[in-house]
Amino acid sequence: MRVRVSLAGRIPAMPAIQTLGLSKTYRVADKKPGFVGTIKHFIKRRHREIAAVKAVDLAIEPGEVVGFLGPNGAGKTTTLKMLTGLIHPTAGTVEVLGHEPFKRKTELLKQITLVMGNKQQMIWDLPPMDSLHVNAAVYGIPEKEAMRRVGVFAEMLDLDEELTQPVRKLSLGQRMKCELVAALLHHPKVLFLDEPTLGLDLNAQTAVRQFLKQYNEEQQASILLTSHYMADITALCPRVVVIHEGAILYDGSLEGVIERFAPLREVKLDLAEPAEDATLERYGEIEANEGRTARLLVQRETLTDTVGRVLAELDVEDLTVTDPPIEDVIARLFESGNNHGGATL
Amino acid sequence: MSRAFFNVYYALMTTYRAEIFFWAIATSLPLIMMGIWVQAGASGAFEGFTSVDAARYFIAVFVIRQLTICWVIYEFEFNVVSGRLSAWLLHPVDPSWRFIMMHVGEQATRMPFSILFIGLSLFIFPEALWGAGNEGPWLPQWWRVLLAIGCGYLAFLLRFLIQYTTAMFAFWIERVSALDAINMLPYIFLSGMIVPIQTLPPALQEVILWTPFPYMLWFPAMLIAAPPEAMPIELIIRGLITIACWLGAFLLVSRALWKRGLHHYSAMGA
Repeated sequence: MRVRVSLAGRIPAMPAIQTLGLSKTYRVADKKPGFVGTIKHFIKRRHREIAAVKAVDLAIEPGEVVGFLGPNGAGKTTTLKMLTGLIHPTAGTVEVLGHEPFKRKTELLKQITLVMGNKQQMIWDLPPMDSLHVNAAVYGIPEKEAMRRVGVFAEMLDLDEELTQPVRKLSLGQRMKCELVAALLHHPKVLFLDEPTLGLDLNAQTAVRQFLKQYNEEQQASILLTSHYMADITALCPRVVVIHEGAILYDGSLEGVIERFAPLREVKLDLAEPAEDATLERYGEIEANEGRTARLLVQRETLTDTVGRVLAELDVEDLTVTDPPIEDVIARLFESGNNHGGATL
Repeated sequence: MSRAFFNVYYALMTTYRAEIFFWAIATSLPLIMMGIWVQAGASGAFEGFTSVDAARYFIAVFVIRQLTICWVIYEFEFNVVSGRLSAWLLHPVDPSWRFIMMHVGEQATRMPFSILFIGLSLFIFPEALWGAGNEGPWLPQWWRVLLAIGCGYLAFLLRFLIQYTTAMFAFWIERVSALDAINMLPYIFLSGMIVPIQTLPPALQEVILWTPFPYMLWFPAMLIAAPPEAMPIELIIRGLITIACWLGAFLLVSRALWKRGLHHYSAMGA
């Protein structure tokens, strides 16, 4: 168990979220296609078991923002459902703010929230303000205080008339902003965000990220965020957890992902004279050779030596070393997970 | 919180006014039955049950029916299958409260249309109000009217709990609305919606009065429509005790199914 000592140095602070051996196996109907398959399925149902989450150990500290990454079907949403208490784990333990979520204690429910980019909690035919009034009542927030919070969030998210228009008339981005207001109205201490920027344009994505960052800073809330947009992760999450086929592949810093799973670094050269491919190949894999500029991929272990040789042997005007884009690293990580049959790397 | 729920669901229901009007028409079966039974009463086929009795009874049934319309099984099924229930499960309020307030909001929206239909019925058959022959004007005792309204809401709770209990099976079999047919058949025939129970043979009446169905319409309607001697105090007390027992039984079963069902919930689509 990871125990963090508080700033006062006396009281050990428990993780906001902690799981040990958390697992979930679904039993799903298995039907063959076609007429015969349909009849057989009608007479006798066949089922098979799918291990969606396998022995996940996770500890998230209060105020920590963690990116939860994985390809489709990796087990991210199932894990979130278990952490929020929507579904019961098949095995293992889970605690959120010291509670077992599936017991649905009021004390816990008042401190957590779940936002799903592909789902809405607001009433489709009514303006968001109506749903916000209901949420305020549900969480026992006095009317005046609720409206004050709505005002603060609305300003942060640049919402105004949208709050009094029917939800069905709002754009996806406006709707998601309103969803966030509804989800955070009770100032939850733990946020589970499942693809909160899904389908949003760049401006809306940026606004949502800034809002979440500010909320985290002001409320010291723990956030577990899943997203397929790496920009969300790089903007918000110093730590990432990568899950693949239900098992955790990596849990550590974002930079650590690159350190561990990006064996190559990119060396960009501005040359005084164009160089032949044959010349450049001596230093690394050629990514691009466009006359006086070239990009090479160089093994991380030999980087210092290679750069030294390049500077000594070529007429270099400028040299830049960068990490490959995080998207590429993560994609490679998922691929490596596939190659290893999902085993932890 | 109830006020917030009521406000928002009343607003939601009034969004589609035409839909509510048609729903109100759909609840007018008792008024259609009134036309049939007024004729039957006039023929003297049922001793002691005149055409005026029939008109008053079915108008009262219509009024109580406005309080007891229930569709929670369909709403619950939709919420389970679509995964929408997930958002409500994360709120620190039991979702059943939200479903109840949806119905109350809908009742309030339907009320003006219902008053219109009652006025129309009284216009078509004014004898129901003023009486004909020996019946005299329709003046039920004030406490019976209050009790009838109270029993109307208890009837709603009973219908709601029966449907809600059935709806819990959505956690296992998902498409659960088909099961409502099992409720609907006895409800239609044993609640007094089509046949006034007092016109049935006494032995059959006795059996029916042990079931929950007559307390969903017949019992509260009779408090308004029937003369005091037709609904003596002993029958009223027996009715209230029976309602309480059925409410308690369905409450226990539905909560037990709810707890077990949540173990099966897979938060589909969410």
